[in-house]
Amino acid sequence: MSQAHSHDHASHGSVKSYGIGFVLSVILTVIPFWMVMSGNFSQHDTMLGIVGFAVVQVLVHLKYFLHLNFSEEGRLNTLSFLFTAMVIVLLIALSVWIIFSADALMMR
Amino acid sequence: MASHATHMDSAHAHDEHEHHDSGQSTVLGFWLYLMTDCILFASAFAAYAVLFGNVNGGVAGKDIFELKYVLVETFALLFSSITYGFAMISAHKGNKSGVLGWLVVTFLFGAAFIGMELNEFHHLIAEGHGPQNSAFLSSFFALVGMHGLHVTAGLVWMAVMMFEVVKTGLTSRSLTRLNCLSLFWHFLDIVWICVFTVVYLKGAM
Repeated sequence: MSQAHSHDHASHGSVKSYGIGFVLSVILTVIPFWMVMSGNFSQHDTMLGIVGFAVVQVLVHLKYFLHLNFSEEGRLNTLSFLFTAMVIVLLIALSVWIIFSADALMMR
Repeated sequence: MASHATHMDSAHAHDEHEHHDSGQSTVLGFWLYLMTDCILFASAFAAYAVLFGNVNGGVAGKDIFELKYVLVETFALLFSSITYGFAMISAHKGNKSGVLGWLVVTFLFGAAFIGMELNEFHHLIAEGHGPQNSAFLSSFFALVGMHGLHVTAGLVWMAVMMFEVVKTGLTSRSLTRLNCLSLFWHFLDIVWICVFTVVYLKGAM
């Protein structure tokens, strides 16, 4: 019974899980904005920082707001998301790679 | 008469059960739609990533982005995410007035976000930085505008859901629809994380 109860919470979320997700999101939003607005960091460090915090924040949202997990009933959602994530990486990374390479070649 | 009532009752229960089952596949189907929407956004991001340097002698991101303004927009969307979460918690408890109250709050935060975005677009166009001026501005308006259109669609959907909940109460059907809208709304928040990182933060660097 208690198992079913906690399972229920995992798939629907509770005040606590939404609260944790929200607090983490606020922290993960404020830090990259501060990094860019203060200008205390080098271009390279800022870039690494904002991308890193964005990736972590997306994962936080997926877990606490969209409730993705590897349980029996949530597995299909998670797998379809992972597949889509792969397609997105291919789509964006290869587009950028191809276009910038072509650009570089044309400039010669 | 009594047997008739019992019959009705069991038919109703059967109905509910079927709704619950089809509800789960509805939510999965909606999730798969969202995955295709992800790819639509990915294409817009790829276009932006390729074109953002081509400013045609006009303004670049650095000249037009105001990070403080974007931070407030971001918080409007973030607050709307957690308030929608509270609406869903109320929905699972069967608390109708709770659902309506939180949906109204969520709607107001979402409307504030859209209002701020429209204001930003209006200022850019009024100052002569409309989408027709450079590849950078075209891809900027396309990407951010597409997200804004999605949020607007979410607001319309939310208004319809409030109407439905007032009219019919929290049936299993409206619960399924609220679940789908929950996925849609939180998904748009994730897209916005990518937008403020790739467009605004990187652009203002």
